[in-house]
Amino acid sequence: MSVGETIDARVAAGTGALVGYLPVGFPSLGASVDAAVALVENGVDALELGIPYSDPVMDGPVIQDATQAALANGFRLAHGFEAVRAIRAQVDAPVLMMTYWNPVVQYGVDRFADDLAAAGGAGLITPDLVPDEGDAWLAASDRTGLDRVFLAAPSSSDARLALTVEASRGFVYAVSTMGITGARADVDRAARELVERLRTAGSPRSCVGVGISTAEQVREVVSYADGAIVGSALVKALADGGVEGVAALAAELARGTRPTG
Amino acid sequence: MSLRTETGPYFGDFGGRFVPESLIAALDELDEAWQLAKLDPAFHDELDGLLRDYVGRPSPLTEVRRFAEHAGGARVFLKREDLNHTGSHKINNVLGQALLTKRVGKTRVIAETGAGQHGVATATAAALFGLECVIYMGEVDTERQALNVARMRLLGAEVIPVTHGSRTLKDAINEAMRDWVTNVGHTNYIFGTVAGPHPFPAMVRDLQKVIGEEARAQMLERTGTLPTAVAACVGGGSNAIGIFHAFLDDADVALYGFEAGGEGVDTERHAATIGKGRPGVLHGARSYLLQDEDGQTIESHSISAGLDYPGVGPEHSWLADVGRARYRASTDAAAMDALRLLSRTEGIIPAIESAHALAGALELGRELGPEASILVNLSGRGDKDMETAAKWFELIDGEEGA
Ligand SMILES: Cc1ncc(COP(=O)(O)O)c(C=O)c1O
Repeated sequence: MSVGETIDARVAAGTGALVGYLPVGFPSLGASVDAAVALVENGVDALELGIPYSDPVMDGPVIQDATQAALANGFRLAHGFEAVRAIRAQVDAPVLMMTYWNPVVQYGVDRFADDLAAAGGAGLITPDLVPDEGDAWLAASDRTGLDRVFLAAPSSSDARLALTVEASRGFVYAVSTMGITGARADVDRAARELVERLRTAGSPRSCVGVGISTAEQVREVVSYADGAIVGSALVKALADGGVEGVAALAAELARGTRPTG
Repeated sequence: MSLRTETGPYFGDFGGRFVPESLIAALDELDEAWQLAKLDPAFHDELDGLLRDYVGRPSPLTEVRRFAEHAGGARVFLKREDLNHTGSHKINNVLGQALLTKRVGKTRVIAETGAGQHGVATATAAALFGLECVIYMGEVDTERQALNVARMRLLGAEVIPVTHGSRTLKDAINEAMRDWVTNVGHTNYIFGTVAGPHPFPAMVRDLQKVIGEEARAQMLERTGTLPTAVAACVGGGSNAIGIFHAFLDDADVALYGFEAGGEGVDTERHAATIGKGRPGVLHGARSYLLQDEDGQTIESHSISAGLDYPGVGPEHSWLADVGRARYRASTDAAAMDALRLLSRTEGIIPAIESAHALAGALELGRELGPEASILVNLSGRGDKDMETAAKWFELIDGEEGA
């Protein structure tokens, strides 16, 4: 199933989707694959696989530390495609790559798209690429059929939301709050309003990310959005408790997607 | 066709806006405020008044005859940005952006700094305008520019040492961007050089081009003609674009940017971005960049904190590609020799950054010969660098080194 179909199926079932982020290569390439598989086995509906990058301006300290460790361990872009392939061989959930733009540019936008598609990847989430700069990627994703998830922020104008909705495929990533990744005590009311504005702008699906760390927050988010994206909390669980620890958190978060009772 | 009319977001293939969507609204707001300010005589009156009465502009042009004896007999002129209030060209840009901060109604400013000069300038403007001020500085740089850290704190700014990544200027920019994404509602990012997402490259250029406008007129008045060559050091490229811009359409004036050659451009320890890098995306713009095969940024190295940056402003990448300006490198050793030479021949202690341009001018003079005149942007003074210089030349305990 595609990302869109996966989310739609969950929404139709009255739950909403849970999207889990983990970086490739942390704590090792093998363990990152095992952890991603464990997420799916414990109720995560779609994966967002982060490509470690030297200058991750959208990321808070937890993800920075993990991705810097992966780079120090010798992460190469080829490992990203290997990881997608290895995960897809074990579980059926759609796998999106989350990557800053320069690695894609250097690899070659078309080559990157081809290799991602060949590995069984679903598409890209691009935190520092806005649709305005995305011509090459729009063309490559149209050619390969890959999804492209652009970000929308509470500060985005209506005109920009329309542009983002138009350019996105799969879902729109609604940034919950003004800020970078990292667990937060409460997810902004801004998220609810943004999702509503995205719907008005014609977005078929919005998932809310940044700051979500508990089952309670997931439950709240899926009450108004199509899905909830959890990153730093999972990375921290993996760092602290290994694959078992992250699996346990995933199971707990997945309970948040189901209606209470 | 004029080369002086570029307004961004693109300079040829370079520039643009590669940033999180969360920042687009703030960049649009800044761009709009800047476009309006540019057309507003009241803004220019206020800025010109500050540049005159607070900074001390116009900065002098000094001919350095004893220094020039070492430059093949060419005449050498220094544009004295070191004499500006706060000690470098950085204040020109900061005052403009601080005025803009007031116009967009924000109360807090943040900035990155490498050598500390941009941080000092920003802390100064924040004190002058009553703005809250936070400066991000790589931990490595807080150590080698400790004097400037003290200056910023004395001026009332909070200095946050950045402990991630290479702990230098590039990481300070990352951290400042993260702060901005989070606090953009009441915070303006006063960017220190002609890199970054649009509108920064064009806006900072516009605020620094006064250097070249003054220098061009001063050269004409002093020598009756334009210089043969203009030389400036290039970190992100603001002092260089500042002095180049007025000369871009003077086809006979050769423009030379000097990047930091570190321990040599054929070693792994340098910051010669245009010389040794290739185009890529960093800090919001497409430009030349030091990077590995996978597009991971490579850490740069320079004895000079202000030039220790693996990126460069997009307008320089464009000027290099179209061949209007040439970019070379000065090594740590050549820059330190030039620093000492200017100190001993002229009684002027330059910033280590600026000493890279001086080393370049010595080389250019020998190539161009005694008929040539070379205009050098002396972008800053060397007080902040005394600890580094003392170590390099072993000035503190005993005999002078090599
Ligand atoms: C005196 C001086 N010159 C030059 C630079 C380099 O910056 P840019 O290339 O933007 O002029 C710095 C930066 O800190 C500086 O302090």
